[in-house]
Amino acid sequence: MTKSIAIEEATELVSIRRKLRKEKRQLFFRTIGQNKAAVVGGFIILFYLSLTILAPVLAPFDPFEIELEDKLQGPSTEHWMGTDDKGRDILSRILYGSRLSLAVGFSSVLFGAFFGILLGLIAGYYGKWVDTIISRSLDVMLAFPGILLALAIISALGPSLINVTIAVGVFSIPLFARIVRGSTMEVKNLEYIDAIRTLGANDFIIIFRHIFPNILSPIIVQGSLRLATAILSAAGLSFLGLGAQPPSPEWGAMLSSGRDFLFTAPYMAIFPGIMISVLVLGFNLFGDGLRDALDPRMKK
Amino acid sequence: MLLFILKRLAQVVPVIFGVTLVVFLIMQMVPGDPAIIMAGEGASTETVEQLREDLGLNEPLHVQYFSYIGNILQGSLGNSLKNNQPVLDEILIRLPITMELAFFSILITIVLGLTAGIISAVKPYSVSDISVMVVALLGISLPSFWLGLLLMYTFSIKLQWLPVAGWDSFAHIILPAITLGAGGAAIVARMTRSSMLEVIGQDYVRTARAKGLKEHTIIYKHALRNALIPVITVVGLQFGSLLGGTVIVESVFAINGLGRMIVDAIRTRDIPMVQGGVLVASLVFVFVNLLVDVMYKVFNKRIDLN
Repeated sequence: MTKSIAIEEATELVSIRRKLRKEKRQLFFRTIGQNKAAVVGGFIILFYLSLTILAPVLAPFDPFEIELEDKLQGPSTEHWMGTDDKGRDILSRILYGSRLSLAVGFSSVLFGAFFGILLGLIAGYYGKWVDTIISRSLDVMLAFPGILLALAIISALGPSLINVTIAVGVFSIPLFARIVRGSTMEVKNLEYIDAIRTLGANDFIIIFRHIFPNILSPIIVQGSLRLATAILSAAGLSFLGLGAQPPSPEWGAMLSSGRDFLFTAPYMAIFPGIMISVLVLGFNLFGDGLRDALDPRMKK
Repeated sequence: MLLFILKRLAQVVPVIFGVTLVVFLIMQMVPGDPAIIMAGEGASTETVEQLREDLGLNEPLHVQYFSYIGNILQGSLGNSLKNNQPVLDEILIRLPITMELAFFSILITIVLGLTAGIISAVKPYSVSDISVMVVALLGISLPSFWLGLLLMYTFSIKLQWLPVAGWDSFAHIILPAITLGAGGAAIVARMTRSSMLEVIGQDYVRTARAKGLKEHTIIYKHALRNALIPVITVVGLQFGSLLGGTVIVESVFAINGLGRMIVDAIRTRDIPMVQGGVLVASLVFVFVNLLVDVMYKVFNKRIDLN
């Protein structure tokens, strides 16, 4: 009798929690819609996403076609952003390059988020020695300044865009793991998690079906802000010649070759730089807006 | 305080071991046999085998790691594969240049960031506040390598006020330091603004105003002092990305610092040089973080960091 009442109460608690989550989601969309910065950021991201999809339609020339007689032409009606040292149309290369930048950004963040979330959930849920081992390992990863860990990884794997994606992803792992660990520790002590345990759920179900959906907010905020950093880092590594290799139209690599013609053809470096900056600005604006809407405690 | 420093030092030791382990393991992933690379393409099997024996490459992994640690403790980071010179000698030439660049950059981060943050916070939502915050947002979004090229194009090529590249005089430091410090300044400005706004809204600031104190005294003596506490943490965290950023800025401005050394070593597959460079830069970062924690404690005695 007592047991059936306990189960009834637990079921009710879980359904209340689900309803709350739904209301929170509706509130989120309302808040984000009212945040001007987030809306502007969202439009910038959508604009870039549409460029990646429409690149073959929009690009006036083949981004890889070398026309040496057209080399180093300034912006004109034919070549809106001019041509590079090999006579390739910069606008067409930039349009195709958006695919690479976004793909590297999203893949590296997904890579970092996947492992970071997994480690954070395990450390936060199980605590004790499991937490100690994971947390100390994360401390070690965070002891590497900025891009240096990525450099070490690239030196081992070799320069390529895929290896840059892995390297940038690896140094995102501890950031996701720390946030997820903290949130998991908070949520696991809530009454409704006890209720779910009463209903007979095992650890796997509790962690992935009940804790994880409740800690999504800080993960999404971190993810969108990390996208900005990931795109910048990947472009930086390609700029150093450690990422995308020629003739790839990756923006960082394009900027790098533009550096050699700064005296004679500065536009070769200017346009890819604008493209990276505006995209990163879009993710920063969107991330800031998301943070305000989803996680007011982190509001700056 | 001494106890706190000792405790923090004790916490740093395992992190340092962890850093050496990660660097060691990553370098084990490098494809190819280091003995063949060192001996050169045309070396005989006997020479390669002898070299492998000398380098201890036939030993199990954990034995190799402990001998690596033993060498580090004796001040040896191995020899460069390129010129067979000790890696540490090269690092000791390059590190002061990188530290000088980092020092001037963090100076720009602090001075520019704090000034901009205070200007914003004193008159929130005014034209000056909005302009500063828009510039700060742009500062966070601009890639340092692009900003560096833009500054170089404007001030070195067009106006010819400053040298294009190199590291010979103070004039050479200005553009790289601005390039490296700008992003951090933007973050510090945002942090200072929000922290100041929070402090200005508190009761004791209102009391100070009610007492008839001058606005200048309230802002600089009462509000800023307390608002600085979270800013110190941000500055400390910035030092990490700044050290990483030197890699890019040194390459843009052709500065022969530690960062450029690492990038060049990756290109020439000079593994001991990469290993040594990454290790030293990370150790510097660990100790700077320790210093930041101690400063945090000095500034805010009420917080128990233990």
